[in-house]
Amino acid sequence: MAEKARAKSRDLPTVGKSATGIRGLDEVTLGGLPQGRPTLLCGSAGCGKTLFAMTFLYNGVVEYGEPGVFLAFEERSEDLIKNVGSLNYDIERLIAEKKLAIDHVEIERTKIEESGEYDLEGLFIRLGFAIDSIGAKRVVIDTIETLFSGLENEHLLRSELRRLFEWLKAKGVTAIITGERGEGTLTRYGLEEYVADCVILLDNRIHDQLSTRRLRIVKYRGSAHGTNEYPFIIDDKGITVMPITSSGLAHVASTERLPSGIPDLDQMLEGKGYFKGSSILVSGMAGSGKSTIAAHFADAACASGVRCIYFAMEESPSQIIRNMGSVGIDLQRWVDKKLLRFSARRPSLFGLETHLATMYREVSDFVPGAVVIDPMSALLGAGETGDVHSMVLRLVDFLKADGITALFTNLGVSSETVTTEIQISSLMDVWLLLYNRESNGEHNRQLYLLKSRGMAHSNQVREFIMSSDGIKLREVYVGPDGVLTGSARLTQETKDKAAGLLRAQEIERRRRELERKRREIAAQIEILRAQLASEEAEVGLLNSEGSAHADQLAADRVAIGMSRQTGARPYRPAPKPANKPKK
Amino acid sequence: MTEHDGYNLRLYVAGQTPKSIAAIANLKKICEQHLPGRYEIEIIDLMKDPALAMRHQIVAIPTLIRQLPEPLKRIIGDLSNTEKVLIGLDIRPN
Repeated sequence: MAEKARAKSRDLPTVGKSATGIRGLDEVTLGGLPQGRPTLLCGSAGCGKTLFAMTFLYNGVVEYGEPGVFLAFEERSEDLIKNVGSLNYDIERLIAEKKLAIDHVEIERTKIEESGEYDLEGLFIRLGFAIDSIGAKRVVIDTIETLFSGLENEHLLRSELRRLFEWLKAKGVTAIITGERGEGTLTRYGLEEYVADCVILLDNRIHDQLSTRRLRIVKYRGSAHGTNEYPFIIDDKGITVMPITSSGLAHVASTERLPSGIPDLDQMLEGKGYFKGSSILVSGMAGSGKSTIAAHFADAACASGVRCIYFAMEESPSQIIRNMGSVGIDLQRWVDKKLLRFSARRPSLFGLETHLATMYREVSDFVPGAVVIDPMSALLGAGETGDVHSMVLRLVDFLKADGITALFTNLGVSSETVTTEIQISSLMDVWLLLYNRESNGEHNRQLYLLKSRGMAHSNQVREFIMSSDGIKLREVYVGPDGVLTGSARLTQETKDKAAGLLRAQEIERRRRELERKRREIAAQIEILRAQLASEEAEVGLLNSEGSAHADQLAADRVAIGMSRQTGARPYRPAPKPANKPKK
Repeated sequence: MTEHDGYNLRLYVAGQTPKSIAAIANLKKICEQHLPGRYEIEIIDLMKDPALAMRHQIVAIPTLIRQLPEPLKRIIGDLSNTEKVLIGLDIRPN
């Protein structure tokens, strides 16, 4: 969005911009500070004016090839160099290369006697000489108000300051004039009267003992600019302004998917996983497995070559890596491959806005495709509920605008809370609800996909089991006695199995009984058949015996007749002569 | 002007401005009156040698610096207030 606006302002004949190179500030100012004009940078002591100004010069040299002059009224050059050394600015090298000049102006009232009229021509000559000697395009004057305490003639000072700012404009240098914040005024001596082109206010507010640095552009003549207060951070990586408040709802919805890392969960999400660029909320009580789901997601993202930042709010990176090793997720290898970055910090380390700015910085640094915030609810420790809500809203918007898939975990107070404390559930595209239900003296984890925008998803409550090779989702046992999980499910399953076994055994028994009967009957049939056969045989024997007897009788009769010489013929001309041989 | 172990004074000006001219005149007058024969004045035009402005910590013009005797003393202005110049230079009026 900022990109577009910047392009537009380039097309139109508007105020030229001099980029500060400060991340976020150039977005907010739509390109930088007004070129060739002085900008007033005001704020109370310790809010980062000097560092801001020095960063402007340093970036000018290093990134934009514009030499710069630092006119220091408060700090001596050596101190200044040392102080910004914490931001890794090698000022001494730039000075040696004649790209940067620091001039410390010493003004001490007690050492100066005033007699008659004077002007500040000496200062003009010094500055002019410094500018000309290195061809400076950028100038910082920090803090010129020191003159007011160093010199008596305030009236003269004011007219000289007016002249100085005009002179700077005529020189065509882009200048930052810093000023200390006054009571009810932007600066103690009303510098805003003279520097009217651009006024930036820095602020360091303490709320609940947590400080948050903020930046606001009070005015910017001839240019549109962001009007909100933007949080900013100063650390070893320089200054980062968080340019977003709420970027609106213009992000492009992707149809690409990113796996959840849990195949069973992907199955519930049309078999593919989360939409790219969506926001996923995983809520549940302590120990319900939120972090494990988050780690699975990070693991899967890295495995598919997508970079991931894991913002850990409660555990140290090494602790997370160790713990996730116990469920078979090796995160260390992704850290080694620079695909995964851990960013661990206690929520109470600093204010919410600072957290937001830090996250913004990390994200724009690492350019991840996936982000994990674990747990988001811990941020409540850094601010009020309403503030956390607004912060998360901005974070979600910012991540969505960049097409980053984000997984937030949320620690619920009671099981089955359908609202989150921060009231952000409505911002989320996917909501995984984790229960930890107690029954029969044990807690069992359950997962329910409460919503998943834009896809057909399973409505089933699943039991999820953490094993040494990750999370497995099981269908819960829905029986006549309701939903069963854990050992109750196992018991029921065993019972069912036993009953099944019994039934099988019964069938087998019956079958064998039948078989036995069949065989018995078959045996009986065999016996009867044998009986019949033997009887038949007997009958046959009797028959043959009978005829043999008759033959014998006949033969005997013949023999008798022969003996009687009756000439009688045999009774029957036997075809087969009788057993007895006739001779 | 001859060598003196007395007052070594440097006056910084920027070109021939009315204030510069007045300062030079006022300084000479005061020295003649209060430090006759015991002073040395060096007039430095920063327009000609601008690098000296930074090296010698000059902000206001004109600036008078008492180099000697130690310690260093500064007076700014056209030196029209003689009393203040004398206080600034630590000179007891004659």
